[in-house]
Amino acid sequence: MQELPVTLERHRSTWDFTRLQLQMSLRNLGIFLRRLARHPSAVIGAVVILVYVVAAVFAPWVAPHPPDKVRLGQRLQPPTWTGEFPLGTDQLGRDILSRIIYGARVSLLVGLLTIVISVVVGTGLGTLAGYFRGPFDEVMSRFADLLLAFPYLIFAIGAMAMIGPGFWNLIWALSFKGWVEFYRLARAEVMSEKTREYVEAARALGRSHAAIIVSEILPNIVHSILVLGTLRMGNMIVMESSLSFLGLGIPPRIPAWGSMVNDGHSHMLVAWWLSTMPGLALVVLVLSINLVGEALRDLLDPRLKVD
Amino acid sequence: MSVVLKEETGPAPAAQGDNLLEVVDLKKYFPIYGGVFSRVVGYNYAVDGVSFEVKRGETFGLVGESGCGKTTAGRAILRLTPATSGKVYFDGQDVFALTPAQMRRLRREMQIIFQDPYASLNPRMTVGEIIGEPLEIHGVARGARKQERVKELLRVVGLQASDARRYPHEFSGGQRQRIGIARALALNPKLIICDEPVSALDVSIQSQILNLLDELQEQFGLTYIFIAHGLHVIKHVSDRVGVMYLGKLVEVAAADDLFADPYHPYTEALLSAIPIPNPEVRRERIVLEGDVPSPINPPPGCRFHTRCRYVQDRCREEEPALRRLEGGRQVACHFRP
Repeated sequence: MQELPVTLERHRSTWDFTRLQLQMSLRNLGIFLRRLARHPSAVIGAVVILVYVVAAVFAPWVAPHPPDKVRLGQRLQPPTWTGEFPLGTDQLGRDILSRIIYGARVSLLVGLLTIVISVVVGTGLGTLAGYFRGPFDEVMSRFADLLLAFPYLIFAIGAMAMIGPGFWNLIWALSFKGWVEFYRLARAEVMSEKTREYVEAARALGRSHAAIIVSEILPNIVHSILVLGTLRMGNMIVMESSLSFLGLGIPPRIPAWGSMVNDGHSHMLVAWWLSTMPGLALVVLVLSINLVGEALRDLLDPRLKVD
Repeated sequence: MSVVLKEETGPAPAAQGDNLLEVVDLKKYFPIYGGVFSRVVGYNYAVDGVSFEVKRGETFGLVGESGCGKTTAGRAILRLTPATSGKVYFDGQDVFALTPAQMRRLRREMQIIFQDPYASLNPRMTVGEIIGEPLEIHGVARGARKQERVKELLRVVGLQASDARRYPHEFSGGQRQRIGIARALALNPKLIICDEPVSALDVSIQSQILNLLDELQEQFGLTYIFIAHGLHVIKHVSDRVGVMYLGKLVEVAAADDLFADPYHPYTEALLSAIPIPNPEVRRERIVLEGDVPSPINPPPGCRFHTRCRYVQDRCREEEPALRRLEGGRQVACHFRP
């Protein structure tokens, strides 16, 4: 098995933020890439994600048509792989491929932003709670338990119904619960790292609590956070699409995969591609993200098992 | 509850020259939480009134079974865990009364070597960073001078200067312990608490590390508190030995005296457990019955009475004080010597 070298080499990877020696980092990067190459599924996933990102960023140049150009004479055109509308048109004659490409912007941006906010908030609070414990930890942990008691989608639906659809409202609603998992992970990891003697050694040397947290403990838990963040990004994208499907996410004038699936589902029997194409786009992206996440988990932290 | 030596209850002994460290009636109780509302339902009397002094340049051995509080005592002396009560004087300074800034300064003077060389080095830092860390924290040396000092320290503990760029996991247990020693030495401390520094190592490596510690003591005029759970290691390194049982010192004596003629029955039993490398020599082995009683609920009277083979009624009721005998030897037993 490839497990053994991975375990031994765990402590020297690209994600070592404390490392400043460029030479070292490049060497580590080389090792990391070589190990990544042993997970072909992850490489495929990474390439697919890259394609999505490039398409989303350069959407105006990549998309063959403007996404909201209505052509009533060319409604419900079936996919013709070599034709003008490779993935067909919808009930208003809009090009589905172009709409999917523009929809990727929403999905990727929502996924990225909610995860970044969740990671920063959750890791920050979790680290403080796990390190200092006490009443702060008690209050935060009970609050986290409270949030965890709600099913995510129900919670998001309720939140969006209250504050109304909109891009930032969506980010806000998803992040409001998203940080909890990172809080709990960071808290648990810090609590276990804190008992290790190297932390005690740093205290014996006269390091302040802040310095111990930032330069001793965080570099040792950043891997786990990163892996969970990657895996959860897929969830966030699915959440966004679910909410958009229900009309609670992104306002309808902006193309989003969820609302495209919803628009198409009443035409499902006569024009299957309306709902299927954006659905496929979603499945492929989330699958790729999960493949990368799982490979990262194996590469960076064999201990961590996220459901 | 506590046993306080008369000689040491007086005012703070100012820098008396002779003693580098004085520990007076040190106590550390860990609260135990239980019940629905996590109330304190009891205490773990980990260290319960320990007093001793350490002379300049000597090695004071602290020995006892697992869970007798010796490690906790070491951590409390360094203020790594707050003591419940008691005093610690380092060079005449009241350690527990220092402000955080003063305490940080004092940390240059007293250092610690840990038991587990696999856990005590941050896996994400290079050896150079680990050893250079104390230099940076205290602003002793930076940049090229720090690198120089790190290389020097590596050589002092018997490693290569080029090892500075490697990571802890690339080293064996003994080498890692050398790294830990180099880190403790970096600031030129006066006192180093060695918390079972060899018990995680192979026997063949143990003597290497012990010899290194010995050489360093001579070279740098260090004072050690050497914590161990077996007397055979203590015997090689200590000038004086304190024997701990269930959070209390039961005997303090010069190492030679202690090994020649143990006074306390517990010391006697520990000594009889040291293997003799000569099959011809027959010796009575005293096997202690049962486990150490729980420090949460220590037995009344003499704490050793549940396992003592000389136990009498008085031991079950009255707790023996740690008496100071002639020649500075101390023992806590009603009937010995």
